This record gives sequence, structure tokens and C-alpha cells, in this order.
Amino acid sequence: MTDDLDDLKSALNRATPRPDPAARVAHLRLAQENFAALQGSRGAARQTSATAPRGLWTGVKTMLNTLTSKGGLTVTTALVACGFLVLTPAGQNVLNGPIMGKTDPVADQPVAMSDLSAATAAPQDDAATVAPITLSETGNAANLTAPDGRMSAVSAELARPAEADNETASGRSGELAQSAVGGVASNPRPAPPPATAPMAQTRSIDQGFGTVAPEPKEINDAAAPFAPDTEAYANAADNPLKITAEAPVSTFSIDVDTASYSLIRNYLTGGVLPPRDAVRIEELVNYFPYAYPAPGADDAPFRPTVSVMQTPWNPDTQLVSIGIQGRMPDIDARPALNLVFLIDTSGSMADPAKLPLLKQSFRLMLDQLRAVDQVAIVEYAGSAGQVLAPTPASDRKAILNALNGLGAGGSTNGQGGLQQAYQVADGMAADGEVSRVILATDGDFNVGISDPDALKDYIATQRASGTYLSVLGFGRGNLDDATMQALAQNGNGTAAYIDTLSEAQKVLVDQLTGALFPIADDVKIQVEWNPATVAEYRLIGYETRALNREDFNNDRVDAGEIGAGQTVTAIYEVTPVGSPAQLSDPLRYGAVVAASADSDELGFLRLRYKEPGAADSQLLETPITSGSVAGNDAQFAAAVAGFGQLLNGNGDFGTWGYADAIALATENRGEDAFGYRTEAVQLMRLAQSLSGN
Amino acid sequence: MTTSDEDLAIAAAGGDGQAFASLLERQYDRLFALCFRLTGNRAEAQDLTQDICAALPAKLNSYRGQARVTTWLYRVAVNAAHDRRRRRATHTKASDGWGDWELARQAEIAEARDQLDWLHRAMARLNDDLRDTLALVLDDVTHAEAAEILGVSEGTISWRISEAKKRLRAIKETEEAL
Repeated sequence: MTDDLDDLKSALNRATPRPDPAARVAHLRLAQENFAALQGSRGAARQTSATAPRGLWTGVKTMLNTLTSKGGLTVTTALVACGFLVLTPAGQNVLNGPIMGKTDPVADQPVAMSDLSAATAAPQDDAATVAPITLSETGNAANLTAPDGRMSAVSAELARPAEADNETASGRSGELAQSAVGGVASNPRPAPPPATAPMAQTRSIDQGFGTVAPEPKEINDAAAPFAPDTEAYANAADNPLKITAEAPVSTFSIDVDTASYSLIRNYLTGGVLPPRDAVRIEELVNYFPYAYPAPGADDAPFRPTVSVMQTPWNPDTQLVSIGIQGRMPDIDARPALNLVFLIDTSGSMADPAKLPLLKQSFRLMLDQLRAVDQVAIVEYAGSAGQVLAPTPASDRKAILNALNGLGAGGSTNGQGGLQQAYQVADGMAADGEVSRVILATDGDFNVGISDPDALKDYIATQRASGTYLSVLGFGRGNLDDATMQALAQNGNGTAAYIDTLSEAQKVLVDQLTGALFPIADDVKIQVEWNPATVAEYRLIGYETRALNREDFNNDRVDAGEIGAGQTVTAIYEVTPVGSPAQLSDPLRYGAVVAASADSDELGFLRLRYKEPGAADSQLLETPITSGSVAGNDAQFAAAVAGFGQLLNGNGDFGTWGYADAIALATENRGEDAFGYRTEAVQLMRLAQSLSGN
Repeated sequence: MTTSDEDLAIAAAGGDGQAFASLLERQYDRLFALCFRLTGNRAEAQDLTQDICAALPAKLNSYRGQARVTTWLYRVAVNAAHDRRRRRATHTKASDGWGDWELARQAEIAEARDQLDWLHRAMARLNDDLRDTLALVLDDVTHAEAAEILGVSEGTISWRISEAKKRLRAIKETEEAL
């Protein structure tokens, strides 16, 4: 470029001012609100369905929303004409008779009718006694709720010369009257109102007719919140600190889900900190494979490993981590698999991160299956349909063709699809085979059983038939994490969230065996803490998995499953007796706990599990001693647990922050053959810079 | 590890509010700077940025991931600037945003002949097309991208730039002659 332009460029750069911070914030907020309103209008449009009950107020609102200034002029002109009609004797003769007797389709409610006739015939007619609603009230409310002040002013002005100002001269009632008389407004019931109804308007309707009209309020509610997205997360309040002397027993179900980790990764790589509710610490911890000692061939299907370490974020407490390693069966000897892919093909799945990623993922998985395994595909959208009849996995071509033929369109009917998938799975089942329905969705269950509880019940009854259900979540913005969790937990399966092809690789290839072959059902953990050594304890994570103490021995109470080769880690933060970190004071009148003979024991671990398909549970017991030293795995798990707690902002961590979590995790990465732990460290660094410390 | 602008835009077009927020957060300053260059007036630039921010969510639906986000956003900005100029009561008033500023300034301090002044005078003498083109090209947009943004051919952009250079040179010469 020439000097001229260079000069100009540097001059321009110097002249360009920084944006005003306040204006910047305001603009960003405006954009966000418009964005939310745009999203919201789609959701809110469902609220006023064709089947919703319709009354006068819906009609009035509709009219108000669709009234243009042209329409307003028509109405007011017509009103003047109407006034003349009322004032002349001939006009009254015409009016009084027919209106009283006539039933009009517009006015569904008798109240509305009498209101109108009262309005038109007010000056001298006995019809006024029929109308309990006072005219002034109607008039006021109508004035308040006119779409803009100009409109009602115009109508009032036009009406006054005709001395008709007490007969609901303003807007809507007038138009109703008109359509009752002779149908000047040719289309008295236009299209449903735009969802972004002006707030003031709906509110004033509320005030005017608060007791009569529940509808406007409903619409009001629907339009009011600017929800940023429609994702729903399953999470409960954090586990509180428990005092050993008062509640020595802690019971929960294991959880091998990993969906929360992928979600958080998606948030962080997108440049934002995840919302607190999206963080489920046990799912972060369990995302990583740990190399705990495996059980022997004749032992129970899994083996617990307990280790104790100093809490990284609190020198006066200890972390007790309980690692459970599932047995790795001989892969070649594994039973035949019957897989039913239940694939959501609703319109929302068209996104490249959804259906296309799903197809790629399943293609990866197909390579892991053997010839004895069978695959069927059921799709569900507006209606459910079987796309691929049960086919041996060796017939790759047929399966891939069916997969590629899937296209997104229509709304979602999760339940119809589920029913069909279970039916197909039942048809494929044979002795010694494992049947599993794999539901792939972006989490939208709009039609059919939309109530998560009812859907849960349905899946719970199907669980009895021995068919497992796994849920794979795809895509963002619409993901209903809560429903996903509920379905997987009740279907004896796992929930995973797949955001990238490498995540699909992890879930469907590297850990496929664990995901598809359960080795123990209904695994429950119960820890009884020793009040002589442990003053307080807190379970980190597993908030959605808490069980009642008595549920531990109740075999009918459902709990989580462990798949082949899977590991599960649970971490307690315990405060030893006499530690300065103890938060509660000992009771003055409480029983003094005598140090018993096993005073070196911190607590006692009990595990219950069922062999797959068995009805009765078995018990594993092992004491927790302070002597067991934590290895790399437990240390890394502690770092992840700390990271999760930093993300959801719970607990008092003092000066311990992301930098310390990163240091601890980096030190204990171990072998990390798949690079998962390295990725976690990167995520921690991202979170560190995003949180600004 | 960070998501690209394009991915964010696609996610936002799909209804992801978080993605939209972070995208706009990233782009706002550049957008404002461009608006300033297009209008030559801080208040005007602020209004224009607000217009764009308000309309962006609806426009986002048209983003299909074919162009770079910045290119697409610049196109939105240039179109918004055109709309705004059209909306103004008189075209002269709109096109003389730089001129108004210049007149007021000259009335105040006639003797100040610093480079900033020169810049404003120079920009004021260019017509809308040349100024838009220059605003983009001086924002390190390539000629090809500028052509895409303004909806003209690359040759036109090159011609406009050389034309702008010619006029600037002329301005400089008359100045030096004074």
C-alpha cells in the first residue's frame, strides 16, 4: 500500500475510540434478550394450542394483538355509526330485539353476551340488570389494555360526539359489539396471538379481570422469562456435612455415568464456565479409567480398594476414596448381544453435532461387534417406526444403509419409540444373550409421555424384563439432562453425552464392553463411620444417588450397575476426631464414645450387589483403615473432585484454587494411555483463565 | 481447545444462548470499531452498533457456516449502515457525518492541522462507497473478502481503493500547495 493509505490507516486506528463500557454492556444485554425472546417465542407458541380452552379474554387479546391502526379506524368509524343507531328510535328498534336473542359464535360465554348487550343498550334498557359486570370496569380495563394509547384516544374521541362514551367506546368490546350486530369485522377470530405479547398489556388485563381470566396470566408467564436455553439438569443440593455421632451411616448407589464431564468440556471449550447445576462431581471423577487392583477369577465380580490421603484443600481433614474395579471378562467369551438402536430423528436432530455425529459414532461401534451380535434400528419422530429389522452385525452393508437413510424431521414422541424398541428387543432375546436398547437423542421428549415420572415408571416396568437401556445425549441447547439421567437410572443403564467423535470413540469403542455388559446389578455402598476416629464426614458428589439407610438391605430398591472392566470411585472428606477443622462442637449431653478395640479403623465399608439377572443380593464387607496409602489414581481423583467443587462453587477452599488442582492432576497423570487425563488438565487451565484466577 | 467463531455461530443459530453470548462478547469491539469507521462519529457508531446487536439474533438464522463469521458480521454491519443512511431524512446529512464533525471542529479551532484533522477531512471528501471500502480494507480485510461483504466484484474493490488513493493524493497535494 502507498504511504497515503498507511497514513490513513494509522490515523484511523488512533481515531477509533474504545466502545463505551456501559453502552457495550447494554448492547450485549439487548442482543441477549432479543436472542432469548426469539428462542422463547418458539417455545411459547406451543402454549396456545388449538385445543386450549378459549374464552372471551383470549378473543379480546387476539383482537388487540391483531388490531392495526387501519382496523382501529374501521372499528371507531363503525362505533360512531353504532352510536347513531342507538340514539335514533329506529336504530334502537333494530338493535334491542335481535341482539338479546341472538347467540353469536364469537361470544362463547353467556357473560360476554350480556355484557355486550348491556353496553349497547345501556341508556334506558332493562337489560342492564342482566349484566352483573359493571360497565365502568369494562371500560377502564379496555382503556388500559389498548395496544397503544393513541388508539384508545382516537376511539374515545370519535365516540364522544355521538354521546356514546359510556358504552365501551374503547377498542375491543366495541368490535365485539360490531361483530355481534352484523359482522363488520369479517374475521372475528384471527390467528393465535404472537407470543411476544406486550407485557403491560397482559398485566393490565390481569388487573382488570383478575378473578375471571386465568388465561392471560398463563400467557403472561410463558412470555415473561427470558430463558437462555432449555437445558434441564439433574442435580440436587450438595451433600451436607454429617456428624458421625448423629448419623454414622452413609448409603448411596454407585453411578458410572459420565455425561456431566462431556457437558462441562463442551462449555469450557466454548469459552464459558458451566452453570453450577451442570456439574455432577461423581461423573467427573468416574469419567477417567483408574487402574485399581482387579478381582481374581473366583472372587466377587468387582473388588473395592480403599485409600486415605490428606485433603489437598484442607490440611486438617482426610480424603477417603473408595475405588471399585469391575472384573474384565474374556472378550471372546462374552455373550451374544442384541442391540436396538432407538434413534431420535426429530427436526432438532438435523444439527451437524447430532444426527450426523450419531451416524459416525454408531459406525465406529459397529466394528466392535461380532457376527453373533444382532442389531435393529428403530427411529422415532412424529411416529415411531422400525428402520432395520434384527440383522446380524456381520451384515454391515444393510446396517450402514439403514443408518445413512435416517433423516431428521418432525416432532418427538419418545415414548412411542421406546415401546417399539422394547418390543423389538423382546423379540430378539434368547437365553444367555444380553439385550440392550440404546437411545440416542438430543433429549427432547415433547409429545407422548412428557412427564418424566410417567416415563420413568414405564421404563422401570420394562427393566423387569431384563432389557437394559442406555442413553446417549447429542447436541446442545435442547438437552434435557434430567430426563436422560432419569431414563438411564431407571433402565439399569448408563447415560453418556457425546459431543465429539473422540468422545464417541471412548464411549462406544474403548469402553464398549463395560457399557454393554453388566457384571453386577444394583450395586449399593454403605459406609459406617467410627465415631471414635471420625468426627464429621461429607460425601463428595452422588447427590442424585443418595439412598435411605434401610434401602441398603432392601433388594427391591434399584441402584446403579457396573459394567465389565469399569471403575467407580467415591470420595469422602472426613474430619478426624480432635482435628482443628471440626466444624461442630461435641454435644454436652451426648454419650461419650469409648475408643473401641478397632480404634485404628475409620469406618466399615459394606457393598451389596446382584449378579446380573439375579433377584437376591450379596454382601461384601471390608474395614477402612487409616494405613492404606493413596496412589496416583486416588490422588488424581481427588484433583478432579476438587476441580468439580471449584466449578460448582461449593465448599470453603481457602486459597486452594485451580492452580493447585492443575498441579495435583499433572503430578498424578500416571500412564494415561488414551490422553483423557491430559485433556482434563487442559480443561482445568481453561476454567482457570475463564474464572479469572 | 477454544471453539472457533464459526462453531459458536452455528451453535448460536441452533439456539445456544451461551454460544451467542460468547460470540458477541468476542466480536463486539471489532464491530464497534468498524461502525465507527463507517460513520465517522462516535454517537452514530454507538447507535449503529445497538441496531446491529438488536437485529443480530434474527439475522443469525441466515448464517449457514459458509463464510467466516467476521465476513458475515461485517456484511451485516455494512448493510445496517446502509439502512441507517437511507433512513435518515436527508441523504446529505447522513453522508456528511464526517463533514458535520469537521465543520464544527473547524469553527472551533481553525488553526489545528494535526493528522486527525486531515483524516476527517480526507474521509469526508470520499463518497459512501469509497469510504465503506476503505473502512473495511483498512481493517485488514482482504480485497476478496471486502468484495464479498459489499456484494461487488473484487475488481471493483481494487478500483475503489486506487480511486480513494488518487483522491487522497489530490487532497494532500492541494494541502501542500497551500
